[in-house]
Amino acid sequence: MTSGRSALPYWLATPGVLMTLAFVAVPLVIMLSLSLYPFIPGVGVGEHLTIANYAEMARDEYFHVIFARTFGMAALVTVICIAIGVPEAYVLSRLSERWRAVSIVIVLGPMLISVVVRTLGWAILLGNEGVINKLLLASGLVTEPVKMMFTFTGVVIALVHVLVPFMVLAVWASLQKLDGATEQAAESLGAGLWTVLRRIVFPQVIPGVLSGGLIVFALAASAFATPAIIGGRRLKVVPTTIYDEFLGNLNWPLGAALAVVLVVIVLAVSISANRLVERRYKQVFL
Amino acid sequence: MSFLELKGLSKRYDDTVVVAASDLSVAKGEFVCLLGPSGCGKTTTLQMVAGFVQPTSGRILLDGKDITNVKPNKRGLGIVFQSYALFPHMTVADNVAFGLEMRGVPSGERSKRVASTLELVHLGPMAGRYPRELSGGQRQRVALARALAIQPPVLLLDEPMGALDAKLREEMQIELRALQHRVGVTTIMVTHDQAEAMTLADRVVLMNKGCIEQIGRPFEMYERPNGRFSSTFLGKANVFSATRAQAGPTVNVLGYRLPTSDTARVGALEYIVRPEKIEFTSDSAALVKGRVSARAFLGNHWLFQIETPLGAMQVSHANTGLPKAEEGDEVGLHWAPENARLVPRTEEAA
Repeated sequence: MTSGRSALPYWLATPGVLMTLAFVAVPLVIMLSLSLYPFIPGVGVGEHLTIANYAEMARDEYFHVIFARTFGMAALVTVICIAIGVPEAYVLSRLSERWRAVSIVIVLGPMLISVVVRTLGWAILLGNEGVINKLLLASGLVTEPVKMMFTFTGVVIALVHVLVPFMVLAVWASLQKLDGATEQAAESLGAGLWTVLRRIVFPQVIPGVLSGGLIVFALAASAFATPAIIGGRRLKVVPTTIYDEFLGNLNWPLGAALAVVLVVIVLAVSISANRLVERRYKQVFL
Repeated sequence: MSFLELKGLSKRYDDTVVVAASDLSVAKGEFVCLLGPSGCGKTTTLQMVAGFVQPTSGRILLDGKDITNVKPNKRGLGIVFQSYALFPHMTVADNVAFGLEMRGVPSGERSKRVASTLELVHLGPMAGRYPRELSGGQRQRVALARALAIQPPVLLLDEPMGALDAKLREEMQIELRALQHRVGVTTIMVTHDQAEAMTLADRVVLMNKGCIEQIGRPFEMYERPNGRFSSTFLGKANVFSATRAQAGPTVNVLGYRLPTSDTARVGALEYIVRPEKIEFTSDSAALVKGRVSARAFLGNHWLFQIETPLGAMQVSHANTGLPKAEEGDEVGLHWAPENARLVPRTEEAA
């Protein structure tokens, strides 16, 4: 009886563990091993282990620019998502029950639409002949269309739109645990609204900001559809480069090496950010 | 004379009256308890004084100034919340310093005042701890210190003992009382615990269903409750619906003629006798007879439940030796006319 009960959790975990092994762990291992083989043009994957792919990435400035652009973009998207998502979550948590339900649908709406459809929507808005430029030209604010398609700014705008809901949800979960009386207490001690938000509310939702930030950062760094459609061929990021190496140049080993480095950097950034923030704000994480 | 004054203060949500027009004046340095069952409007009243709830009508005057429309952060009142509402991400010292910081007190003086306030609540050595690392009683004292550090004109306490266990609560009550005397701050406390209100308050404001039922000093309110609710909420009481057609030394309760020293009042009345005022007696002197249906030993006194023709009655006797009756005993009950209180019957009590 005792052994039966203690075995139950393992049985319940089995399907999940098997799924993870089959679809996450195994492909990662395959990817890692693939990245350690040479690419021979006209032949394909060579036979002897090598670090040539990594050496090429370390050497070639072309890749440095792409990596810098990818993580710069991911960092910027994360910062903007925090700036938009935290106040949004706070306002949501203050709404009456009915308005909250409506607002959550609006906030989560973008997540219900296919990433490709949504991104093409942005392409329509951002193009030289797009809605935004037409309005700007008509209003006389600009004399020439503002270039937004195929630019860094365009990709950042579209990614923020896609990823803000993750930040809102994470921060909102944190806000649920906040004792509203702490805000009243601060107010009674003489703090104005802004001071209450900055000194009392924000530090207490740091765990939510952190988890939201990690999700947004990882998704932004590995986003494919949005940079591919809005950024196009000219504004390459690591995921689109991987795609091109695999399917354009058929250089699978280099593509795999790029993928491995992407995963490693995302992991490294996530873990160190986690450590740093948890140490700085350890009292709210207990 | 009166330092804090509530004039016709009321709060209505849609059609629900949470607090009916209430008047209260509190003298400087006085300790007033708002006492009542949950939902009686006591917390809403406190929240209106604090400024977190906007009154539907009425005014709040502090030291002669109308503060009804002043924002909470400009009222400068010290508030201790039921959950304490300590800032979890700040140390004890930072919590206490927060109000001073908001007032722009320079950091040198600030740390001096934080230290002295923490001394006041015996938490000097805890200055560097975080709220999470403290016990319930310590957290409560931090909350108190944080509210007192700004030297508020009025201290508001919302069920401050609610989260403490019984023994600690008693200790904190005595400490709070002593502290309030020492600091001399005008204090309003909300509680549903009548013993706590009587222990702490100079005056008790008894509330029920959004109305103030009675205001008085604890002893006076206990001895002279103005109705069924007051008599049963503040201590235990035997209350009977009585009638009297014309002035005389007795009233009629279910055909029994019970004595009273209040000979004038007539009409529909409530007849109130406290359990500790009732004696067991021999048959001839008994006002009413009954059978002991239950007996409980409560340490310092015995509590008897007596089944009588008037209904179940409670009698309590100080523990001065063996109990004077056993369960199942037939006993006669007697009390002096001056120990029975007569008040007009209100419709609600009927």
